[in-house]
Amino acid sequence: MSDRVDVRRTAKLFINGEFPRSESGRAYEVTSHDGRPLGWASRASRKDLREAVVAARAAFPGWSGRTAYNRGQILYRVAELMEGRRAQFESELADAGAGDPPHGVSAAIDRWVWYAGWSDKVAQVLGGTNPVAGPYFDFTVLEPTGVVGVVAPQDQSLLGLVSRVAPAVVSGNTTVVVASERSPLPAVSLAEVLATSDVPPGVVNVLTGSTAELAPWLAAHMDVNAIDVTGVPDDLVADVERAVADNLKRVVRGPAVDPFSEDAQSPYEIAALAEFKTVWHPIGT
Amino acid sequence: MMKFEYAPAPESRAIVDIAPSYGLFLDGTFTEPSDGGVFKTVNPASEEVLAEVASAGARDVDHAVAAARRAFEPWSALPGPERAKYLFRIARIVQERSRELAVLESLDNGKPIRESRDVDLPLAAAHFFYYAGWADKLGYAGFGPDPRPLGVAAQVIPWNFPMLMLAWKIAPALACGNTVVLKPAETTPLSALFFADICRQADLPPGVVNIITGAGDTGRLLVEHPDVDKVAFTGSTEVGRQIAQAVSGSRKRVTLELGGKAANIVFDDAPIDQAVEGIVNGIFFNQGHVCCAGSRLLVQESVAEELMAALKRRMAHLRVGDPLDKNTDIGAINSAAQLARIRELSDAGAAEGAEAWSPPCELPDRGFWFAPTVFTGVSQAHRIAREEIFGPVLSVLTFRTPAEAVEKANNTPYGLSAGVWTEKGSRILWMAERLRAGVIWANTFNKFDPSSPFGGYKESGFGREGGRQGLEPYVDLEPVRGKAT
Repeated sequence: MSDRVDVRRTAKLFINGEFPRSESGRAYEVTSHDGRPLGWASRASRKDLREAVVAARAAFPGWSGRTAYNRGQILYRVAELMEGRRAQFESELADAGAGDPPHGVSAAIDRWVWYAGWSDKVAQVLGGTNPVAGPYFDFTVLEPTGVVGVVAPQDQSLLGLVSRVAPAVVSGNTTVVVASERSPLPAVSLAEVLATSDVPPGVVNVLTGSTAELAPWLAAHMDVNAIDVTGVPDDLVADVERAVADNLKRVVRGPAVDPFSEDAQSPYEIAALAEFKTVWHPIGT
Repeated sequence: MMKFEYAPAPESRAIVDIAPSYGLFLDGTFTEPSDGGVFKTVNPASEEVLAEVASAGARDVDHAVAAARRAFEPWSALPGPERAKYLFRIARIVQERSRELAVLESLDNGKPIRESRDVDLPLAAAHFFYYAGWADKLGYAGFGPDPRPLGVAAQVIPWNFPMLMLAWKIAPALACGNTVVLKPAETTPLSALFFADICRQADLPPGVVNIITGAGDTGRLLVEHPDVDKVAFTGSTEVGRQIAQAVSGSRKRVTLELGGKAANIVFDDAPIDQAVEGIVNGIFFNQGHVCCAGSRLLVQESVAEELMAALKRRMAHLRVGDPLDKNTDIGAINSAAQLARIRELSDAGAAEGAEAWSPPCELPDRGFWFAPTVFTGVSQAHRIAREEIFGPVLSVLTFRTPAEAVEKANNTPYGLSAGVWTEKGSRILWMAERLRAGVIWANTFNKFDPSSPFGGYKESGFGREGGRQGLEPYVDLEPVRGKAT
């Protein structure tokens, strides 16, 4: 046995490509499923959340303006980098009490790959031309809706998170993610992967802390265009959905299916966070 | 004003290691041809022999098809997401080796390094990426919930874009679960043989991709092989016709991407400088060795004089020469045979009364070269207005009205592509509706993207490559049709 004392990681927030602590100075202790202490995670404040929304909004024109091919390449690279950090994710999933950590990591990596491939295909499958009854060329394209708040599922802290974030960002949305409160560390590690991938700062912002605090703030924020409430606790859903109505955010919720199954991934998850834009143009000499 | 002297900027060929000889890539390994036949591939810019390449005979073709047949069951049974990952790997290795492959392509083909580096290789990698992403999404492609592959695909590709055409053929075939036997053109076999190495580096299961080399006879043996389920050919209309006859009566699915004689139509409101760039790109890109080249310029009479003056000014600045020089605009003609064909048609143009013009340009002593040439005073009856030249030769005709432009543009047995230059959006769409061609470029030309289907009307062939439509030639449609009835 080596008597070397190991160097532990400080789990921090991920906002605009940087890793700040909460401006509030708050943190909470993270434990494994069987009660072992795993360290501390930041407990994000309302101001942190606002900062994250500002970063996401600022990143939106650049990210949505990239070619679909480029976004696909970047998402695929996230999968490549996760594969290289497999051991770390597996150990974090084991701490979180996952039944089969290697399977969980593989499924999360494959989900990035699956959604990466949709970047330049979703418009071909769900958009198209419209044969209007007149001399007009009329076509419908799919565009990202803007800034998306994602309240990640409490369990399936990695696969569940990837399953909600990938379909949001592949079309060009930018996101503010509230990580699983109980098992935030896989989300923090994913943020560290994203920070060293080619995903631009602000495209994915990750907040750790109290879901009960953060979800209503996210739902009420007037510069958030859509919210994924998959991880919102049942007793808060009504409040969150009421707050959302103020600026008519799009509300989506992940399907209640086995997250490992093919049913847990769909191009309609991409469409749920996108707008259809139809263009008319006259035809004539 | 200070004048800059021209200085060459040659790309180093040291990055490419070409072996003295290559066998056939069968079942995952390089194999000597059974009858020992070989041929030489040369650098068309210098006539230097680059390598000796095996010529596959009947037994070799048998072996290749048998290897592909054996590989078919396990490959098609592999879940889509796993097949996808092999294609993603291939895409990544093509990207990693793209500089090497670009130099190789320019050496074997004669195309300018600027084009192999900036067009052929990036597009080839992108094509593998795009179809990798379909391999695990076939149920969304519109061919039923679980589309099935056809089996063994025989693929024969031309010499003008060797690596890119390989990607167009192999990527969708593999994505759908088919296995392939591919034959590159006899004048440009090297990039396909390097690709065989990429398949090994990607740990692609043996037999999924087999590469056989040889001339037309090898190609004929391959497409006529009774255990082939699918034939995909890109090349001349003449050979395409022979293939259509050869497979008649069999149940082989066939796609053909053949010749063209595209009209590039310039209206009087078009921005002249942009149009000139588009015309030059349309006909001189890749020495005009492009099936969709804009080889007929149709210009509205009122701007013909101004446009021709601007075009000649621009042509005078084209640099013809060493394909590996990063300044080069026009490289070498791919082969002596192709050069002879270009000369024959060009001579016919002059003999039939059209007027040829070329900028003064010095051609290298060795290798195969043809100066960029524009013919004016061309009538629709002239051979240079009707036949595909497949070289840097532009025929100019004029028109007065949009209807006349459509009439002239469609007056050809071909129908691969067309270009329209006008500032008026409604006219672009009006023209696009009436042009009988598979691809219409508006205020641009020679644009390609893996997500964009490409292919011809009429005698330019049938089937589309690229896009969702590009999957169809590699999917068994019988079950889908069954459901529809």
